[in-house]
Amino acid sequence: MSESKKVMMLGNAAIARGAYEAGVKVSAAYPGTPSTEISENLVQYKDDLYCEWSPNEKVATEVAIGASMAGVRAMCSMKHVGVNVAADPLYTVSYIGVSGGLVMVAADDPGMYSSQNEQDTRMVARAAHVPVLEPSDSQEAKDFMKEAFEISEKYDTPVILRTTTRLAHSQGMVELCDRIDVPDKTYERDIAKRVMMPAMAKKRHLIVEDREARLEADSCDFSINRVEMRDTKIGVIASGIPYQYVREALPDASVLKLGMVNPLPRKLIEDFAKKVDRLYIVEELDPLTELQVRSWGIECIGKEIFTVQGEYSANMIRQAVLNEDLALKSPAEIPNRPPILCPGCPHRSVYTVLNKLKLHAAGDIGCYTLGAVAPLSVIDTTVCMGSSISTLHGMEKAKGKDYIKNWVAVIGDSTFMHTGVNSLMNSFYNQSTGTVMILDNSTTGMTGHQDHAATGKTLQGDIVPAISIYNLCKSIGIKNVTEVDAFDIETLEKVVKEEVAKDELSVIITKSPCVMLKQKPITHKCVSDPDKCRKCGMCLKPGCPAITKRDDGTIAIDDTLCNGCDLCKNLCKFEAISDRSL
Amino acid sequence: METKNIMIVGVGGQGTLLTSRILGGVMTDGGYEVKMSEVHGMAQRGGSVVTFVRYGDEVFEPIVEEGCADVLIAFERLEALRYAHYLKPDGVLIVNDQRMDPMPVVMGAAKYPENIIEDLSKEYKVISVDALSEAKKLGNAQVFNVVILGVAAKHMDFTVDQWNAVIERIVKPKFVEINKKAFAVGLGKEK
Repeated sequence: MSESKKVMMLGNAAIARGAYEAGVKVSAAYPGTPSTEISENLVQYKDDLYCEWSPNEKVATEVAIGASMAGVRAMCSMKHVGVNVAADPLYTVSYIGVSGGLVMVAADDPGMYSSQNEQDTRMVARAAHVPVLEPSDSQEAKDFMKEAFEISEKYDTPVILRTTTRLAHSQGMVELCDRIDVPDKTYERDIAKRVMMPAMAKKRHLIVEDREARLEADSCDFSINRVEMRDTKIGVIASGIPYQYVREALPDASVLKLGMVNPLPRKLIEDFAKKVDRLYIVEELDPLTELQVRSWGIECIGKEIFTVQGEYSANMIRQAVLNEDLALKSPAEIPNRPPILCPGCPHRSVYTVLNKLKLHAAGDIGCYTLGAVAPLSVIDTTVCMGSSISTLHGMEKAKGKDYIKNWVAVIGDSTFMHTGVNSLMNSFYNQSTGTVMILDNSTTGMTGHQDHAATGKTLQGDIVPAISIYNLCKSIGIKNVTEVDAFDIETLEKVVKEEVAKDELSVIITKSPCVMLKQKPITHKCVSDPDKCRKCGMCLKPGCPAITKRDDGTIAIDDTLCNGCDLCKNLCKFEAISDRSL
Repeated sequence: METKNIMIVGVGGQGTLLTSRILGGVMTDGGYEVKMSEVHGMAQRGGSVVTFVRYGDEVFEPIVEEGCADVLIAFERLEALRYAHYLKPDGVLIVNDQRMDPMPVVMGAAKYPENIIEDLSKEYKVISVDALSEAKKLGNAQVFNVVILGVAAKHMDFTVDQWNAVIERIVKPKFVEINKKAFAVGLGKEK
C-alpha cells in the first residue's frame, strides 16, 4: 500500500485491523457483545494470522499466553464478564510477562445493552497490575492496538485494551497502514520466569511492582496521554468515549486526555491540576481515576455530579458542569418494545411445553434468557455463563430432591460448551437428580451466530469433526440422555414429564437449528381463519411477534414475519390456523 | 459546516443497519468526517433500535443528543413517537406508516397509541410514507428501507448519482437494481 487510504470502520473492525497491522499471529476469543466483531473481522486476514473461537474466555486467554511464550504477538478478546472467566490466567500472566507481545481486549458495557452487569474492567486491571489503554474513536482503536503491543514487549507485561459498547459499535474514519513484519522471538527456557510456584512467584511479584512504578513515571511522556490547553477556568481529565462528550459539551475547556488509564501519570496530572481553576474528572462507571487523583491530595469534582450508572452524553455534561437548562422535551410515555425471541425460534416451542407443565427453569446466558420476559415468563433465575445447572444442583442440596421436582435447568449448546459441562460433571459426581435441558440450536445465537466445538466448523471456516453433545453427556456416565426435536411438542412434553419425575440426573437435548441460520428453507407461512378462530388465546401464549389480535379479538398472522414453524397451528384446537405454501 | 445529525430508528431486524451503511457511505464520499453509532446484540432481537449518523467538518461524539436531530427516519410509527423528542424544533421526521405491535400491546398490557402521525404533525414537520406498499409494488418488501431513505435524501445535500454509487458499492450485486429503483420511488414521493 503506497498511498494512505481512509475507510469507515466499526470500532471493533479497527481493533482487528490494528492487530493485523501490529503483526499479530495468534488470536483467540469467545463471542460476547460488544466484542464479537473483533474476531469476525480478524478472520479476513487469515492468510497472515491464526484466529479461533475458543470454548470460553479462560481457554482463549491461555491460548494467547501460549502463543506469546512461543515468541509471537498474540491477543485474546472478550466482553467484560468474560474477563472474570479469564481472571485466573490474567492475574498470573501479569507475573510471568511476555515474550511476543500479549494484548487482551476487554469490552465493557455501560448501559448494559446486552449484559448482566455493569462492571468496570479497569478495576480488574488494577488488581492484576496490568496496564490499560483506552481509545476514544475508531482511529485510536487501531493505533492503540499497535501501541499496546509495543508497551507489552517493552515493559514485559500483558496489556489490556479496554473498550465500551459505544466505541465498539460506532464507526469512524480510519487510515489504513501496512502490516508490520515482527520477527518471532527465539524461545529460551526460563523456568524462574514461566513456572509460577511460590519461590518463583515471590521474585516475580517484586518485578511486577517495579514495572508498574516505571510505567507510571514513563507514561507522563507517552504521546497517548495528551494535554490540550485551552481556557483554564475548566480543566477536565477524560479518556475513551467520554472524551468525545467533553469536547462536544465543553469545546473551550482544557483537557488532559488519557490514552493509558492504568497506571495513571501522576506528575502529568499534578501539573495539569495546577494550571486549571476547577478540575473535573469525567469517567463512565466506577471512579477509578477520581479516587486515585484524590489520594494524591488533588481537589477535583467527579461522581458527586456524575453517575456511576449507564452511558454519559454531551447533554449530561452540559447540565452537570454548566448547569445549563437545555429545555429538553420529555420522551412520550408509550409502550416499551423489549427484545423477544424471533418468529420461528425453537426456544419458544420448548418454553411453551415447560409452561404447560408449570415448571420453573434455572436459566442461563443466551437468546433463551428472553424466556424470562412475559408472556413466556418461564425463567426464574439467570446469573452467568454455565450457572443454570449448578444453581439447580445447589437448590437440590439445600432443600432435597422433591423441592426441584417442578424445576429444570435450561442452557444453550454454546453456553454448555463454555462452562455448562463443568457444572454437569459436578451434578453427576455429587449425585444430583435434576433435569438439564440443553437447547441445541447449533450456534451461538445472541451474538450473531458464531460456531463452537459442537457445530463442526471453525472461525476460519474449516470443517472439523463436531463434538457430539449427546456422546459427551453419555461419556460422563449419565444414563438418561434423550434427544428430541424442539418442535415436536407432544414427544417433548412426554419426555420432560418422565425425566423430571425420575430420582436420577437427566439430560434432554432439544434439537432444531436457530431459525436465523436459514438451514431449513421456509416452505410455508401460517395463516389464520377468522371464521374458525374462537378467540381462546392459546396461540398467543408463546408470545410470537408475528401473531396479533384483531379489533374483534380474532388473531392475525403477519406473513412478513411468520417463518412457518407451525407452533401456533399445533396449539390451536379449532383448526383455525393452516399452512399456506410458498 | 455545522455538524448534521441524522437518526434512524426502528424495530430490531428491520434492516436499519443497511440503511445507515448507505448513509455513511454517501457522506464519506462527500468528503465529510462521519461518525455513526449502532445497536448490536440483544436489542436486535425485535427490540427498539436506534442508529445515530453525524457528519460535518469535525465530529466528536458518535451519538445524537436529545433535541439535536436534523432528520429522524422512523421505520415504524411507535418508534417515531418514542424518539421524536430527539428532533430539533425545525427538524424533519420521516416516518414509515407501519404499525408493529410490541409484546406488551399484543398481550393486552398496554395500548398502541392512536393518531401518532397526526399528533406528531402538530409539533414537527412530518413526512409519512407507506414504504412497505411501495416496496411490494416493486416486488420485494425488503427494500422498503431504501424507499424511506429516498424520501429522506431530499433533506440532505447529495446528488442522485452519489446515492446510486454507494448503493452499487454496498448492496449485493443481484439486489442493486431493485434498490436503486426503490430509492428513486422514495425520492419522487414528496413535494
